[in-house]
Amino acid sequence: MTDLYQSQRAMRNLRRAALQRGVVAILDVGSSKIACLVLRFDGEAAGAREDGQAPLAGQSAFRVIGAATTRSRGVRFGEIDAIAETERAIRTAVQAAQKMAQTRVDHVIACLSGARPRSYGLAGEIALADGQVGEQDVSRVLAACDVPDFGQGREALHAHPVNFAIDHRTGFGDPRGHVGNRLAADMHLLTIDTAAVQNLAYCIKRCDLELAGIASSAYVSGLASLVEDEQELGAACIDMGGGATGISIFIKKHMIFAESVRLGGDHVTGDIAKGLQVPMATAERIKTYHGGVQATGMDDREMIEIGADCGDWEKDRRRVSRTELIGIIRPRVEEVLEEVRTILDAAGFDHLPSQQIVLTGGASQLPGLDGLAARILGQTVRLGRPLRVQGLPQAATGAAFSSTVGLCLFAAHPQDEWWDFAIPAERYPARSLRRAMKWFKDNW
Amino acid sequence: MRSLIALRRHRPGRPSRRDPAPSRLAFRMQRLWLTPGFWRLLRVGLPLCLIVLPVTAYLADDGRRAAIGAAAGDLRRQIQERPEFMVTAVAVEGASAPVGRAVRALVEPALPASSFTLDLAALRATVAAVDAVATADLRIRPGGILQIEITERRPAILLRRAAGLEMLDATGHRVATLLDRAARPDLAVIAGAGARDAVPEALAVLAAAAPLAGRVRGLVRRGERRWDLVLDRGQRILLPAEAPEAAVARVIVLDAAADLFGRTVGDVDMRNGQRPTLRPLPAPSVAADPAGGEAGAPDNLQSLSATVVKVSQP
Repeated sequence: MTDLYQSQRAMRNLRRAALQRGVVAILDVGSSKIACLVLRFDGEAAGAREDGQAPLAGQSAFRVIGAATTRSRGVRFGEIDAIAETERAIRTAVQAAQKMAQTRVDHVIACLSGARPRSYGLAGEIALADGQVGEQDVSRVLAACDVPDFGQGREALHAHPVNFAIDHRTGFGDPRGHVGNRLAADMHLLTIDTAAVQNLAYCIKRCDLELAGIASSAYVSGLASLVEDEQELGAACIDMGGGATGISIFIKKHMIFAESVRLGGDHVTGDIAKGLQVPMATAERIKTYHGGVQATGMDDREMIEIGADCGDWEKDRRRVSRTELIGIIRPRVEEVLEEVRTILDAAGFDHLPSQQIVLTGGASQLPGLDGLAARILGQTVRLGRPLRVQGLPQAATGAAFSSTVGLCLFAAHPQDEWWDFAIPAERYPARSLRRAMKWFKDNW
Repeated sequence: MRSLIALRRHRPGRPSRRDPAPSRLAFRMQRLWLTPGFWRLLRVGLPLCLIVLPVTAYLADDGRRAAIGAAAGDLRRQIQERPEFMVTAVAVEGASAPVGRAVRALVEPALPASSFTLDLAALRATVAAVDAVATADLRIRPGGILQIEITERRPAILLRRAAGLEMLDATGHRVATLLDRAARPDLAVIAGAGARDAVPEALAVLAAAAPLAGRVRGLVRRGERRWDLVLDRGQRILLPAEAPEAAVARVIVLDAAADLFGRTVGDVDMRNGQRPTLRPLPAPSVAADPAGGEAGAPDNLQSLSATVVKVSQP
């Protein structure tokens, strides 16, 4: 725990250094593609508001100057499976993005979609010594949260303070300066497998890059594809990727839950390849050109050339109707959505005031998916695309890039996490100066 | 998924590339090329190095350096000593004959010289050091002639010293020694310690005393602060340190009104403007018999003192 706490603090310092240098790379390691963006930061955006939030959700502060994607290799279910392969794929993407940006990048902020994320709600409470909440009290109440036993080989990826309460008043975003007797905090903790993070860090280190931040793909695609009032009133973002489908629930502009289903678009492709006996590449092409989930009478008459290159005329001239194709695709998509439904039910999504569901990610581009999802998940379903950021190429504005764009926002304006607050004075070593200061303050 | 990189068409003739990923070395090389410092080093540092290194190697030898220096100096001297650039003659203008001779004698030893090496400022300082020269303008005229235009100092007054008479200009600067007073009867004489420093004031006093010009013998500086105007017949006007011209004017008005200097007045003491004082002339006959003088002088002086009071009223 402390290890990761320290390494997260170190990553925050690296991120600050990268922003000072002005160039940082964004790396989205997914199961079907690896995307790399190079961002240039030109100092603070003009016209920052009083709450420190710049206009356009802070994205006017940066500009995308390099972008590249490559077919992912060695990644399965959003986790790195073959390290050397993944390293090569990362090198390909980073090199192309650097070439486009005409600059060298040293710092990378990465996200990963798998690694079995699990959410925990933490609560902590302290008595206020001097009746008013100060900086140190916030640190103390976060430190007082009782951390659940999330087992060996798991590490905290995100730890967001979600809510603060003072005495009987709740719903504070920033409790500093308020008067009261007791301060309570709710924190959302997201843990993932240590091995997945270590593999990613190792791959990035092998590419001579430094990891300046790491995020869950479900979280960042929620940042990019949910609009502000959805984040405020309660919504779920379902990021349907190649190997994993991420789910994140937002309310009051905080993520309160994240989870991942180890199913995605690659499984649909696999089903088509098995069902029609074609290679994966052909199956992928058939899925993107002719795929769908809602069969109509017209689809019976639409025949699709499957094609092959084996020399057997009968096999090479095979044709299937689109209805048959939909018959292969639809059960798998239904399975994914039902898994999502189960997870949302378990998370208590139906207790939220607004139950907007936003589908995004590459697999959400299947025609007719919103109709199917509305049947399984509820009526308030929409397809989401990431918001626009400056300089992003047109090819990278689709739904498949929502976690990439979200990672840009995360890099520009990360939410304060547990490790961004000051270390409480009690945790300092016994001979530290701050501890001596505290003793003086308490005794005089 | 939409690819950002254009699809590479597989050509049947060539073997397809198995791995699109760059090797570790290629990746590192690309990053090195994109490093701004390295790029700048290569673009600026390398050509600089290529130029500087052979030159340095060539110049490392002492003999070569000396040879280059000698050749450069030789060439320079050759150009400088061409007859077009040599200055051989002096032309002095605006000076009287003795001054011109003196200036010529000062300048001529420096010639002939190249106009590149001739230090006109130093020459000008030398010429200006001659007392009779007020300003000197030096320039080199085409044809290798050093033209010296001189403005001489004009004698304005004579200073009597123990050694003899000196002519001074209006600012008090020495012009020349005067052997014979009769040579310049138009100039007045001043004397006394510190007289040289107060020449402008002396000239102003003399200008104010113009109505008495026929009788003025000169000015004597007293105590390095004020003047005595000396007239013939042993009469003096003792002037104050402040505004001596006004005091002279008062005395002249007095003289015009009461014929002051026609009487037996010795010193007219104007040092205190509030209280002008007259001192009788120590006439030999009066001095021999003080009682008689007492008898003779009084009405003379009394009527005069009444006039003095009257004159000093306005």
